[in-house]
Amino acid sequence: MLKYVLSRIATFLPTFIGVTLISFAFIRVLPGDPIIVMAGERGLSDERYQELVQQFGFDRPIWVQYWDYLTGVLQGDLGQSFVTKRPVWDEFFTLFPATLELSVFAMIFAVILGLPAGVIAAVNRGKFFDRALMSTALVGYSMPIFWWALLLIIVFSGNLGWTPVSGRIDLRYYFPDPTGFMIWDAIASGQKGAVTSAVRHLILPTIVLGTIPLAVIARQTRSAMLEVLGEDYIRTARAKGLSPLRINGLHALRNALIPVITVIGLSVGTLLAGAILTETIFSWPGIGKWMVDSIFRRDYPVVQGGLLLIAVMVMVVNLTVDVLYGFINPKIRKR
Amino acid sequence: MVDDALSANAEMDEQRPGRLREFWFYFRENRGAVFGLWIFTAFILVAIFAPLIAPYDPTAQFRANTLLPPAWQAGGSWQFPLGTDPLGRDMLSRLLHGARYSFYVGIVVVTVAASGGILLGLLAGFSPKWLDTLIMRLMDIILAFPSLLLALVLVAILGPSLTNAMIAIAIVLQPHYVRLTRASVLGELGKDYVTSARVAGAGRWRLMFVTVLPNCLAPIIVQGALSFSTAILDAAALGFLGMGAQPPTPEWGTMLAEAREFILRAWWVVTLPGLAILVTVLAINLMGDGLRDAFDPKLKRS
Repeated sequence: MLKYVLSRIATFLPTFIGVTLISFAFIRVLPGDPIIVMAGERGLSDERYQELVQQFGFDRPIWVQYWDYLTGVLQGDLGQSFVTKRPVWDEFFTLFPATLELSVFAMIFAVILGLPAGVIAAVNRGKFFDRALMSTALVGYSMPIFWWALLLIIVFSGNLGWTPVSGRIDLRYYFPDPTGFMIWDAIASGQKGAVTSAVRHLILPTIVLGTIPLAVIARQTRSAMLEVLGEDYIRTARAKGLSPLRINGLHALRNALIPVITVIGLSVGTLLAGAILTETIFSWPGIGKWMVDSIFRRDYPVVQGGLLLIAVMVMVVNLTVDVLYGFINPKIRKR
Repeated sequence: MVDDALSANAEMDEQRPGRLREFWFYFRENRGAVFGLWIFTAFILVAIFAPLIAPYDPTAQFRANTLLPPAWQAGGSWQFPLGTDPLGRDMLSRLLHGARYSFYVGIVVVTVAASGGILLGLLAGFSPKWLDTLIMRLMDIILAFPSLLLALVLVAILGPSLTNAMIAIAIVLQPHYVRLTRASVLGELGKDYVTSARVAGAGRWRLMFVTVLPNCLAPIIVQGALSFSTAILDAAALGFLGMGAQPPTPEWGTMLAEAREFILRAWWVVTLPGLAILVTVLAINLMGDGLRDAFDPKLKRS
């Protein structure tokens, strides 16, 4: 087991170095002088230019620059935003709870609907329910979620007026946000209506972000269930006269869950990519919107730092999933 | 690349006569896939003949008729069957021309990503351990970034345009082909026919492209179909974020971005381009599922 964990970590390190190299290269491969590009249309005085060259260390050899960058990264120094002048690290972790909150709800939404859908489809293989559910799943899987978001806004915000169009909470409410998780902070604030408002703001983004994972989970659960349902021990359980609910829900699902859990774990990257679109459309102040805004504002230290942090996060989650998978499934370790 | 094409041709010639028919037999079983194929064919025809079918030029502005609803709604006219956008451009013409861009994106991205990926995958499968590791680690690095984010950043570096968006998406999709090709190559390498070809004196290039590659193609073709739809979706997403095709190009994602502020006033300018994306992507995915089942029933699980 230890050997397996070590071998996973051994592949993690070079990838980590590679990712830092890419984010390091980012500012340097921008066409033209990065400092002029970053200054934008305002232009720069000569002194300020020299100051910035020094600040970025562009006057030093490239490997020294990379070494400084790498040691900085390992100490949590990712530079400063051009726009807000705050450290990128701080900005990231201020905004991250918003994305995490949205992603967690999206994942809960996807699992709560996706697992039963997959099980029902597998049990009714080839019948009406199977076809209907899997066609729906394929539509969800093919969905351009930015359009899906606009449709939901038209129907639920425009025509029905049920849900707000943007933001995390109504402007009427104001309270300190020690955790950054709006629902939690709203509960803690004790203000009347704050929680309802926060939940209402969360509904549409959750559906939009959860749609593709929902479809993937439903499809994956179905195929995993089909595989398990063909096993001998299921036939034994049937022969013993156990109720179908017990067989499908307990015996089969438990073993079908392993690949499904892997899919859930590995969809962190998908969620973050989806968060870029979802947060932009719903003005959700998380890291997805932050990255898009920074790209448009040419706030390159933010883009560079955000890119690195997001990639490292995805890698850490994938590594964890891999290791956990090794714990659950001994067959994997042997390879 | 020439080698690649040659090997594909060679494969066609050597095929048993019944192979294509056998494929069609299994493909036809899946009604969804056949349905998808029909829609996809229609999509290709529209993409090719858009300038002939479209009633107007996609950028022609009829300023007297801005935001006209579709013909069947009150206030609509058959002069503009699907209505007009905020600048008075004919929606139908723009949607038809949009098919061209999506088709173009799909073809270019899949060609670039697949040929690069197949080449690297073959190389990784056939080369010494160190080069194999190097290639695979490079792919791991690309895969560590969420695809859309990496594409966005690449476009930010290259500058927003449809071409750059395609380059970015191709780079992001390529690792999947590398992994897939390498895995199939490693699976084939131990088989007897490879050994016999080797014993018969086949050179490395011949082994790679003529002996092994044709036997690895099935999963790659399936991946090709699936990434065709991913490419269309991602290009539309980039267009929607303002980082893909630029207005007034009638690309579907860009059209959506332009129409965003009118969502509560004119449903058709928002609904129709998205519907076009969804139908196209859905058709391709249906086809992809059918291809997978037809090529290899064992692959069904993923």
